[in-house]
Amino acid sequence: MTTFEAILLTIVTASTPLLIAALGELVTERSGVLNLGVEGMMAMGAACSFAAAVTFDSTLLGVAAGMMAGALMAALFALLVLGFAANQTGSGLALTILGLGLSGLIGAPFVGARRDPIAPVDIPGLSDIPVVGRLFFEQDLFVYASLALTILVAIYLVKTRSGLTLRSIGENHTSANALGLPVRQVRFWAILFGGACAGLAGAYLALVYTRFWSPGMTAGRGWIALALVVFAAWRPAWVLVGAYIFGAATVLQLHAQAAQFGVPSQVLSAVPYLATIIALLLLSIRHGRAIGAPGSLGVPFVPDR
Amino acid sequence: MRFELTPRTNASTMMRVFASVAAFITAFLIAGFVIWLMGRSPIAAFDVYVLQPLSDPWSLQELIVKATPMALIAIGLSYCFRANLWNIGAEGQYVIGAVLGSWIALKTHGMDAGFWVLPLMLLLGIIGGALWGLIPAFLKTRFGVNEILTSLMLVYVAQLTLDYLVRGPWRDPKGFNFPQSVTFDPAATLPPILEAGRVHYGAVFAAIAVLVTAVILGRTLFGYRLKLTGDAPRAARFAGFSSKATTLAVFAISGGLAGLAGISEVSGQIGQLQPSISPGYGFTAITVAFLGRLNPIGILVASLVVALTFIGGESAQIMLKLPLDLTQAFQGILLMCVLAADAMVSYRIRLAARGGGQ
Amino acid sequence: MFSGKVFGALAGATVLALSASGAVAQPKEKVKVGFIYVGPVGDHGWSYQHDQGRQAIEKAFPGKVTTTFVESVPEADSERAIEQLARTGHDLIFTTSFGFMEPTLKVAKKYPNIKFEHATGFKRAPNLSTYAAKFHEGRYIIGQIAGKMTKSNTIGYVGAFPIPEVIAGINAFYLGAQSVNPNVKIKIVFANTWYDPAKEGDAAKALLDQGVDMLAQHTDSPAPIQAAEQRGKFGFGQASDMERFAPKAQLTAIVDNWSDYYVARTKAVLDGTWKSEDTWGGINAHMVVMSPYKNMPDDVKKLAQDTEAAIKSGQLNPFKCPIVGQDGKEIECKGQGALSDEQVLGMNFYVKGIEDKIPQ
Repeated sequence: MTTFEAILLTIVTASTPLLIAALGELVTERSGVLNLGVEGMMAMGAACSFAAAVTFDSTLLGVAAGMMAGALMAALFALLVLGFAANQTGSGLALTILGLGLSGLIGAPFVGARRDPIAPVDIPGLSDIPVVGRLFFEQDLFVYASLALTILVAIYLVKTRSGLTLRSIGENHTSANALGLPVRQVRFWAILFGGACAGLAGAYLALVYTRFWSPGMTAGRGWIALALVVFAAWRPAWVLVGAYIFGAATVLQLHAQAAQFGVPSQVLSAVPYLATIIALLLLSIRHGRAIGAPGSLGVPFVPDR
Repeated sequence: MRFELTPRTNASTMMRVFASVAAFITAFLIAGFVIWLMGRSPIAAFDVYVLQPLSDPWSLQELIVKATPMALIAIGLSYCFRANLWNIGAEGQYVIGAVLGSWIALKTHGMDAGFWVLPLMLLLGIIGGALWGLIPAFLKTRFGVNEILTSLMLVYVAQLTLDYLVRGPWRDPKGFNFPQSVTFDPAATLPPILEAGRVHYGAVFAAIAVLVTAVILGRTLFGYRLKLTGDAPRAARFAGFSSKATTLAVFAISGGLAGLAGISEVSGQIGQLQPSISPGYGFTAITVAFLGRLNPIGILVASLVVALTFIGGESAQIMLKLPLDLTQAFQGILLMCVLAADAMVSYRIRLAARGGGQ
Repeated sequence: MFSGKVFGALAGATVLALSASGAVAQPKEKVKVGFIYVGPVGDHGWSYQHDQGRQAIEKAFPGKVTTTFVESVPEADSERAIEQLARTGHDLIFTTSFGFMEPTLKVAKKYPNIKFEHATGFKRAPNLSTYAAKFHEGRYIIGQIAGKMTKSNTIGYVGAFPIPEVIAGINAFYLGAQSVNPNVKIKIVFANTWYDPAKEGDAAKALLDQGVDMLAQHTDSPAPIQAAEQRGKFGFGQASDMERFAPKAQLTAIVDNWSDYYVARTKAVLDGTWKSEDTWGGINAHMVVMSPYKNMPDDVKKLAQDTEAAIKSGQLNPFKCPIVGQDGKEIECKGQGALSDEQVLGMNFYVKGIEDKIPQ
C-alpha cells in the first residue's frame, strides 16, 4: 500500500462516523425537526453497543444495541417536541447532557475491556482496481453501510412518495397538515431514524474505531455531524463530501505535523474548523442565502383543529 | 394513543411559576428513583445535593461564584434566542474576551500602572467577546451563512488561539516553560466584594446585566423589536425593523457579555491565563438560558440552580460516592422536565385514543 | 526511598518558608484521604492510575483509612472542589494535575492543619508537598528498544502538547534510540489533546503511514498502540500496562505507579511524621515501572534489562552530558555530569538529530 493510499484509507475511516450521524440528522431535519442531541445519542450508542458487545461477545448484537439506544433517546426527544411541542433547541441540548451523563453510568463497568477488530470485507474483483479498489472495496462493513446509506437516503428523499411527504412536511407543516398528511407520525419516524443513525455512529466509534469504551469518547463528533448537515445544505451527496472534507482536514493536519512543515500545531488543528467555515461561506456566496433549509425547521408544530 | 394539544390563551404568571416548581419536583423524583435503583438512599442524596449546600454560608458563597459567569453569559444569550438567533459559540466569545482583556494585564505587568488598568481590561474583554460574536453575525447578514455552525466552529478556533498564546508568546518566562502566563498584578485583579470572600465583582456585573435586561426587554422599543423579530419575523419587517441590524446588535450584546464573563473570571478567579480557563461555561449557559425561559429573573434563578447541581454533585461524590455522570444526567432530566412543563402551560395536553383525525 | 529534592532549587523564589514547626503532627488512629482527579477514573490512563494508588491505600490500612475522590475536576474551577475536601474532614489531600497548583496553594494556606500533596507542580508550603515521577527514565529504555528493533530506521512519537514534560520525554526517547542506532530518524505528531481516543488513533495512523514502525506515545488512551497492533507494527504502553489492548504490539509499557508513594505518605500521616517534601522518583523509587519486556529478541530484551538496572543503580542518566542541541551547540551542563533537574523539568529544546521544530 502506498502512503497516498494509506492516507486516503485513514480519511475514509475518520469520516465514516460523521457521515452516518449526519445522514440521520439530515432526515430528521428534512422533516422539519432540529435535534441538537446528536452528541448525546452518539455517546449512548457507543456505551450501549460496547456494553452489549462485551456482555454477549457479539459485534452484531452490539451494533443493534447501539442503534436501539440511539433510537430510544430519540423517542424521548420526540415525546418532548412532538407530544408537548416543547422548544426543539432546548430539548436537543437536554438530550445531549442526559446522554453524556447516562452513557458514563452505563459504560463505567466496561472500562478496560476490549474487543477484537472486525475483519475488513474484501469485495473480490473490485478491490483489485488501483487506488480506488483498496480505498472503497477493502473496508469494514460500516464503511459500505455508510455509503449505501447515503445513496438510499438520497433515493428515498427524491424518488419515493414517502420521501416527498417527509419533505413537504418539513417545508410547511401547516399546509401539509391541511392536506391531511400525518405530520407528527412522519416526524416521529424521522426522529427515530436520526437517533438510530447517531447510535450506529457511536457503535462504530466504540466497536471499530477504538475498540474500547471510555467516557466522553465521542469528543464533539456529534456537533460536527450537525454542522455537516448545514454545510451540505440538507443534501445527502453533499453530506458525504462534507464529511470527507472534514475527515481529510483532520487527518492531513496530523500528516503535516509528521512531515515537519514547522507550522504551529494549534494552527493546523484549527484548519478543519476554519475550512468548514470557509467552505460554507463560499457555498453561501454561490448559491445565495438560506440554501436548502427546510421551511419549518425548528418550529414546534401544533395541529389546529 | 396520541397527544392532543390545545393552545391556552390565558396562561398566568402564577401558572408558570407553579409549572416550574412541578418540573423540579418531577426531576427530583426521577433522579431519586435512579439513585434508588443504584442501591443508594434518595433521601440522603437529596440532603447532600440540595439541603446541605443551601444551609451553609460557605457553599452559598460558592454558589454565587459559580453562578456568576453562567448568569452573565446566559443573559446575553437570551437576547439572541429571543430573536430566534442561535448563538451557541458563547464559549469562544468568553475565551476571546478573556484573551483581549488579559493582553492589557500582561502588557502592564510589573509596571506599577494606575487605576485605569482594570477598567480598560474589562472594556477590552467586552470588545473582544463582541467582535468574536460579530463574526457569525456578519457572515449571516452579509452572506446568509448559518450562525449555529459558524459560532460553534469559532469556539474551537478561539480555544486553539488561547492555547497557542499561553504555550508560545505569552508564556511566563519564569514559569519553567509551563503553559501559563504570569500571574496578574494586583492592579489587574478584579477584587473580591468582601475582603476574605471569593465572590468578586463579576457578581455585581451579572446583577446589573439582569436588571438592565429586564428594563430593556420590558420597557423599550428594542425589547419589543426583539420579541417581534423572534415571534413574527414578517411582521417585524413590515414594521420597518431591520433584521440585519437586530442580528448584529444581539450578537454584539451576547458576545460582549460573554467576553465580560471571561475577563472577570480570569482576573477575579484564576489570576492568570492558562490553556483551560472555562469548564464549559459558554455551553452550560445555554442550558441556563433555557431553564430560565429567556427571562432575566428566571435566568438568575436558573444559574443558581445549575450552580447548585455542580456543587451538590461534588458533595455527592465526596460524601456518597455517587458518580459525576449522575449529576450530568440529572441536569439533562431537569431541563427536559422544565421544557415539558413550559409546554404544558402553553398548551392543554390530552392523551386521546388512536383514531381521531389530525 | 524517594530520590531527589529537586524543586527546592527550582522554585526557590516560590517556596514559602519551609519550617519544621509548621508540620509537627500527632499520630492518628484514623485518616481520611481525598483525591482530586483531572479526568474521569475510567480514562484508563493518568487518572485511572492515580485511582489505583488510592485503592492501594485502602488495601494497605484496612479499617484505618477511608478515601474519597472527585473526578473530572476542571482545572479552571478546582479551588472549590479542593476546599470541599478540606471542609469535610480529610487529613490528607492529593491533587493530581499540574493545573491544580495555584488553587491547591490557596486552599493549603487557608487550612494549615490539613496536609496537601500536589502532583507535578513546583510550589510548596509547610503543609503542601509536591511529587512527580521521572518518566523520561522509562522513555530512554523504550528508545533503545525502538532503535534496535526498527527496520525502517524511522520511529514515531504521539505527544499530547509541547510542554516540557513531553519534550523531555521525546528527547529521552530519541537519545535512547540514538545510543544504539546513530542513524535513526524520529517523526513527532502532537494530538493537542490528552484524551480523545479516535484522534490519538488518527495521529498514530498518520505516523505509521509515513513509514514509522516503532511508536511511542505520550497521550493517555490505548488507541495509538492499538493502531500499531493493527498494522503489524510495534509500540509502547503509556501510563498503564496496555498489553490486553495490543498483545502482539506492546514491547513494554511505562507504568505510572503511585501506589507505593501514596501508601508511604498516608502512613506518614498516621504516624505523625508527615513533612512537606519534594519527591521526584524514577525507576529506583518504583514510581516508574516497566511492564514485562515482550515480543522482542533476547538480545534486545537483555539490553533493555541492563539499561533499566543501570538507571536504577544510578550509573546511567538519560541526560548525561554532553547533550547537544539542534543547532549543534552543546547545552550548558548545570548538573553533576548531567543536565540539572531544573533543566530537565523546564526542557524546551530538541536534541541534535531531531529534525522537527518545537511548535510554539
